[in-house]
Amino acid sequence: MGQTLAEKILSAKSDTEARAGHIVVAQVDLIFVQDSTGPLTLRQFNNTNLAVHNPKKTLLFLDHSAPSPDQELSNDHIFLRKFAKETGVVLSDIGDGVCHQLVAESWANPGDIILGADSHTVTTSALGAFATGMGSTDIAVAMALGKTWLRVPETIKVLVRGHWPKGVYGKDLILHLIGKIRADGATYKSLEFGGEGISALSMSERLTIANMAVEAGAKVGLFPSDKATQSYLREQGRGERYIPLAPDHNATYENIIEVDVSRLEPTVAKPHTVDNTTLVQELKGVGIEQVFIGTCTNGRLEDIAVATSILAGKKRHPRTRVIVAPASQKILLAALAKGYISSLVESGATIVPPGCAACLGVHQGVLGNGEACLSTSNRNFKGRMGNPEAFIYLASPATAAATAIRGEITDPREFL
Amino acid sequence: MLKGRAFKFGDGISTDHIVPGRLLHLRSNLPELAKHVLEDADPTFAQRVKKGDFVVASKNFGLGSSREHAPLVIKVAGISAVLAKSVARIFFRNAINVGLPVLICDTDNIDDGDELEVDLKLGKISNLTNTTKLSFTQIPDIMLRILDEGGLIPYIKKHKDFTVPKT
Ligand code: SF4
Repeated sequence: MGQTLAEKILSAKSDTEARAGHIVVAQVDLIFVQDSTGPLTLRQFNNTNLAVHNPKKTLLFLDHSAPSPDQELSNDHIFLRKFAKETGVVLSDIGDGVCHQLVAESWANPGDIILGADSHTVTTSALGAFATGMGSTDIAVAMALGKTWLRVPETIKVLVRGHWPKGVYGKDLILHLIGKIRADGATYKSLEFGGEGISALSMSERLTIANMAVEAGAKVGLFPSDKATQSYLREQGRGERYIPLAPDHNATYENIIEVDVSRLEPTVAKPHTVDNTTLVQELKGVGIEQVFIGTCTNGRLEDIAVATSILAGKKRHPRTRVIVAPASQKILLAALAKGYISSLVESGATIVPPGCAACLGVHQGVLGNGEACLSTSNRNFKGRMGNPEAFIYLASPATAAATAIRGEITDPREFL
Repeated sequence: MLKGRAFKFGDGISTDHIVPGRLLHLRSNLPELAKHVLEDADPTFAQRVKKGDFVVASKNFGLGSSREHAPLVIKVAGISAVLAKSVARIFFRNAINVGLPVLICDTDNIDDGDELEVDLKLGKISNLTNTTKLSFTQIPDIMLRILDEGGLIPYIKKHKDFTVPKT
């Protein structure tokens, strides 16, 4: 009987024949924490009285409150930096960027098992890694043992067919899919993407899709590793880590969902749940006070390029402030070199340092009462951007840029 | 045997409802953070809850972020167990790891304020207010063992490794 991608990776790393429903103990290739879940993780780790199993593959990221907005968080940062110094684990300090982007750029390889104390760890399953988020105690124990227990997930196959229309992106596909299967549609499951609509996608778009798999409850959002994976790894300077990975043609799926991308249109998630989706066309005219372009979902160079191409030579609408946070230092430097940053600033955008920025409501763009934000991030729960009296819409960078110009939710195809 | 009142919540209570990001600065101060538990779902919850009470929810409780602070503050606030129709994956693991029982059952028969009695060993829930009985879905063996030890840290201290029956 054939195996899904999840079953294949977990078989290799647990030395068993992993099948959906089994509980396996698997070797872990990479473990990371960030500054919001990290302090609790490290305290739990200290409670185990064990040493770090592999400090060179254990990473601490200071990205969620970067730079720190208050003294408590600054003290958490001190604690994390000190731990790194004492144990030799890898520290990524403020300004380096969002953990998931940095893991994609510098660490993740096809076939790896990656655990992060952050739910969007699923992001690098776009590279064919079994990458999944866990809480602090699970991560603390994995740091000490170099392994974890996992239930082998059932798999829902997402077969993506057709050609991508202009103005429609990976973000629209994943929003559409979550709207269809709902926020608990893939709970405990692996989402496995495939089909010609997926082969056609760049790594940047794949990362966006995998990133939001968790918004449907999924444990991973796996992509096969193919040419796009190979060229991405090469660009990041580790082409030798490429291995081709694909599910068996006779693998067993719990369900197969087909999506024809040629029929997709720009899509938005409305407040206050990610599965509350509709077409941009349906929301025309909804006023927006803040546009936020960035995060582990859509803060990559390709995202900034699309936004720049729409905003270039135009001004933001006076009612709408625009905040742009490149997802990593590498992206910021490339965006500077290409002139995107100066173009965005001329359009009236505020550039904030690489990191999570306004995404989780601690700093750099907290919303006021009754305000609406159109964000390229992945969550719009009540209170997410620091104010339960505010409203968050999720969409692609193209929709965000078009909205910034008009001051109300706008279909990007009007500018393409 | 656990005994207490039910505090009823609806579908899709996220980790942002339980511990919002704006309180990030309190994450290293759990007793303070616990004073805000579930604030964005019910602003009066933290003041009304008593030791031993239950959080009773509908579908997909605890969705969203991996912050373990969510089950932790629920525990610190005195809640003895979470009952829900379904629970998000990371929240489920986190709750067991910190020793907070999570029981998957049909919660439609429980109203806000009902008196409940839960027998974890027998897998039974009695609603003393409307005199109905419920059973809950058995959790995987490895999670039961972790819960039995009071959480993952005591489990690892004792066993030094995960013990999983060979499949
Ligand atoms: S950018 Fe947002 S979603 Fe991504 S890791 Fe940071 S806070 Fe989480």
